[in-house]
Amino acid sequence: MLELKHLSFAVPGESAEKEIIHDISLTVGKGKFVVITGPNGGGKSTLAKLIAGIEKPTSGSIWLDGADMTEKSITERAHMGVSYAFQAPVKFKGICVIDLLRIASGKKLSVGDACAYLSEVGLCARDYINREVNGSLSGGELKRIEIATVLARGTVLSVFDEPEAGIDLWSFKSLIEVFERMRSANSDRTIIVISHQERILNIADEIIVLGGGNILAHGTREEVLPTLLGTSSAVSACGQLTKGGEK
Amino acid sequence: MDAIQKRILMEVAGLESTPHGAYNIRANGKSAARSTTANIDIVSKEDGSGIDIYIKPGTVNESIHIPVVLSESGLKEVVYNDFHIGENSDVVIVAGCGIHNCGEQDSEHDGIHRFFVEKNAKIKYVEKHYGEGDGRGKRILNPVTEVTMAEGSSMEMEMVQIKGVDNTDRVTRADLGAGASLVVRERLMTHGDQVAISSYFVNLNGEGASTDVVSRSVARDNSYQKFDSKITGNAACTGHTECDAIIMDDAKILAIPQLEANNIDAALIHEAAIGKIAGEQIIKLMTLGLNEAEAEEQIINGFLK
Repeated sequence: MLELKHLSFAVPGESAEKEIIHDISLTVGKGKFVVITGPNGGGKSTLAKLIAGIEKPTSGSIWLDGADMTEKSITERAHMGVSYAFQAPVKFKGICVIDLLRIASGKKLSVGDACAYLSEVGLCARDYINREVNGSLSGGELKRIEIATVLARGTVLSVFDEPEAGIDLWSFKSLIEVFERMRSANSDRTIIVISHQERILNIADEIIVLGGGNILAHGTREEVLPTLLGTSSAVSACGQLTKGGEK
Repeated sequence: MDAIQKRILMEVAGLESTPHGAYNIRANGKSAARSTTANIDIVSKEDGSGIDIYIKPGTVNESIHIPVVLSESGLKEVVYNDFHIGENSDVVIVAGCGIHNCGEQDSEHDGIHRFFVEKNAKIKYVEKHYGEGDGRGKRILNPVTEVTMAEGSSMEMEMVQIKGVDNTDRVTRADLGAGASLVVRERLMTHGDQVAISSYFVNLNGEGASTDVVSRSVARDNSYQKFDSKITGNAACTGHTECDAIIMDDAKILAIPQLEANNIDAALIHEAAIGKIAGEQIIKLMTLGLNEAEAEEQIINGFLK
């Protein structure tokens, strides 16, 4: 269970501090699949970074399964059970896909096990296992490897920041299946996904709408989704692709 | 050889015992072991200044190990090794020098390696440098490599210096004939107050000659690195040189890639990049459970792999 208590986050502005997250309190129950949506610039990615420990809150606290992790480092939170998939995957020189998966799993992962994680995200494992995680991989491939690292961690809480960004329609469908399999494999695993995608919103247990650093709505999918359809907070996959210019 | 010498031998040449094939092991200024094969001969120079290695034309799938070990403090030596590589041969040469210096005096090994690569011969050359010992005497290595490559020959050089050498001034010169190809992969890490200078001068003299000189280095603490790579195109040829460096702490790095084209069909490219480890790389690895120091180590290990 993840609890945010009166969480605020501000950055220095030109004249005064600019508050990105404003006194947010919420609880995400164990095993829930929660999608955070809302307009761009509403504070979604910042909230994900606060949970992962990449940003430190100005005030308030963050609790995981009853333990206060507000003052914990990124590494400590990782050990407490937080996984975080970056919106823009990080590239490395010389670090191979298998190295990253081994670090993620925290053990001497066999090639077979590593391949299983890659197959899970729709990559033909043998072709990728020894590839460097660098610019020679496409944006979609990097994104899928990013998701595979979270699968390899297998933690109680996984946070995905716009996992669909930069992937094609085919892998979009597989992405939904990845989430569904994650849920069915372990009912205690809590998953938080930041997304505008209607198809991802469609599989959520709960939806949180974030705007201007505030929670605008938080409820079950049945309650919240009907209010979002047709807005920028619930875009259909084809609509977004057309808008992005890459049909 | 004693235990220290054996350990250094393992570091520079990956050898636990005497290797298969031809070898010449030099320890503290003297030849400690030598073996030749039907196709590879190793002959001491008459004036005692080094060795000549003769590889018969058509020799394939053979290897030559010529490691050097210095474990006496204060030893300084200059050694000339000449490699005569016959036509159409295909061999692996593993050189390397390790210094163990626990004393107060500087230890220095200056190896001058000359390669005469005949027509269509192919070689892979691996050279590793390693230093250890906690004495105040410096560990100094100043290798000079001169390569003359005949038509259609090819050479791949792997130059590695990761630990413990206080001072290096490496000079590599190469002259390439028509269709010859030279690939250089340098890996370097300096720390403490170490100084490493690495210079490459590659002349592409024949039509279709090509080279690719790539250095990846990490400079830590208060160390200094200079990478100076010049490719000269004197014919229709292709050349590429690249220096990619990670700078840490108070280190300093100077990269000077140079190109000189003396022919309208010479196609030459250089690239150089120096920067610290990207913060987002460290953050990514921390989200996977590593601490900051472990993340840095992974990034450097990968970079120098």
